[in-house]
Amino acid sequence: MSAAPQRVKAGAEKIDVAVSAVVPLNDLVTRFEFKRRDGAPFPPFSGGAHTVVEMNDNGRTRLNPYSLMSDPGDLSTYAISVRRDDEGRGGSLFMHGNVKIGDEMIITYPVNLFSLDLRARKHLFFAGGIGITPFMSMIAQLERSNGNWELHYACRSESLGSYVDVLGYKYPGKVHIYYDDQSQAIDLENLLDGQPLGTHAYVCGPKGMINWIHATATAAGWPELHVHSEEFLAPEPGAPFVVRLCKSDMTITVREDESLLEAIERAGVDAPFLCRGGSCGQCETDVVAADGNFIHRDHWLDDDEHASGKKIMPCVSRFIGKSLELDR
Amino acid sequence: MSKFEFPPSIRSRPVYGTLEARLGKHHLMIADAEGAEAIIGVATPELMAKTHIIYIPKDTDFAEKLRDLKPAQFYQGPSYAASVQRIRHVLANSHMGLQVYLAGTEGLMGQAQNEAMQAGFPHTAIQTEHRGSIARRMQCVHCKGITEDVEIDPFQCAHCGLNLFVRDHYSRRLAAYQGVCIDAEDPGNVPESKGIYE
Repeated sequence: MSAAPQRVKAGAEKIDVAVSAVVPLNDLVTRFEFKRRDGAPFPPFSGGAHTVVEMNDNGRTRLNPYSLMSDPGDLSTYAISVRRDDEGRGGSLFMHGNVKIGDEMIITYPVNLFSLDLRARKHLFFAGGIGITPFMSMIAQLERSNGNWELHYACRSESLGSYVDVLGYKYPGKVHIYYDDQSQAIDLENLLDGQPLGTHAYVCGPKGMINWIHATATAAGWPELHVHSEEFLAPEPGAPFVVRLCKSDMTITVREDESLLEAIERAGVDAPFLCRGGSCGQCETDVVAADGNFIHRDHWLDDDEHASGKKIMPCVSRFIGKSLELDR
Repeated sequence: MSKFEFPPSIRSRPVYGTLEARLGKHHLMIADAEGAEAIIGVATPELMAKTHIIYIPKDTDFAEKLRDLKPAQFYQGPSYAASVQRIRHVLANSHMGLQVYLAGTEGLMGQAQNEAMQAGFPHTAIQTEHRGSIARRMQCVHCKGITEDVEIDPFQCAHCGLNLFVRDHYSRRLAAYQGVCIDAEDPGNVPESKGIYE
């Protein structure tokens, strides 16, 4: 069960913000900083938390989750770093192309699905590319409590190594950088071998990296609970399909370029959500009847639940077939 | 027969499983008395080549059988108290990739689990298998004294002498069940003692 309080409206509570800085870091990544419009401090957050940024893209509402990468000890500012994805659905392109200093935006209260386990004797971080962002806030949090951590950060090239300079300057003994284009790779097996008892590993990066670290750690005897990962999925486009929403008594069509959750919201139905990336479990929806095949893509339901055809996570999963009825 | 079928109870009471060989760099097996049989059940030459066994025989004669498994290291201790320094030393020098296996009485498994937890090992990843005596390690909630190897309910606290009711409420931190005064309202009115699961 989620610890999140039951709320009348779906999603986490919202905060009115203004963009206070737009800082291009390299060809692909730009940092956006926000101040609250009411001048109050932001709600406290812990390292690894994310916020959902609401974008008004020509009348179409986009809601994308981004890890907060600012210092949890500084509540005057929230910052996110966004990697431009030219093949994506357009959220990151909108941020890069349209958002300017002074723009008024809406973001949600922070939600943490990738928190530090503070029982750890040592925190071992693995970042791939833009996966560095949650570790920026985790590192800031741990530095305030004299935490024991170490970062292994793989980037494509020196020119695309976001925050490599600042991390390397501030924590020269703790930060290890690996550049793909120089054929540098994390020597994972040796690195995991000999870590002190009570070490927790955290990985944020591409799916292949996450799977590699889970598999290597498991083979070396690491307990499952000591390896943490976060991967937000973006909804994938697919063939349009028709859905009957039983509770709301309406039938809607999910367009090719939108998710089932977005189609439900577009129809004016208030559906629960938090992460919109298949991780948090908030949007879990019961299937009343289905004649066709589900395309499950979430990390929330287990294999049996996926096979049962009784549940769907509308934020990332789709359906192909004759008919689908949901308890929504 | 060293296996006991525990009747169902509240969630607080620990549940024990059956040891299985897991992937790992090193294996630490701690057992007392009939717990040796659980180690023998899981032992393979490959596993034993990376295993350190710490064993407290009590009044049994399994020690030679364990030695015959040819573990990488074998230690036989006269009591848990005498062995705990070694357990701490092994855990303090362990690294990730260690697997922990506990077998035998509840008191032994609870205390060894506590040591592993304090060394940073997650209790959910510790394997346990109950064998032998079903006696409990009890904490008197009144004087906080620990009475080992309690087989009857109610029993008398070895420290303060109160008559204690054996509860199923268990503390991982103390590695003990709670014993609560059974005749506080009506001193001297103590039901006849019987076996804990009778």
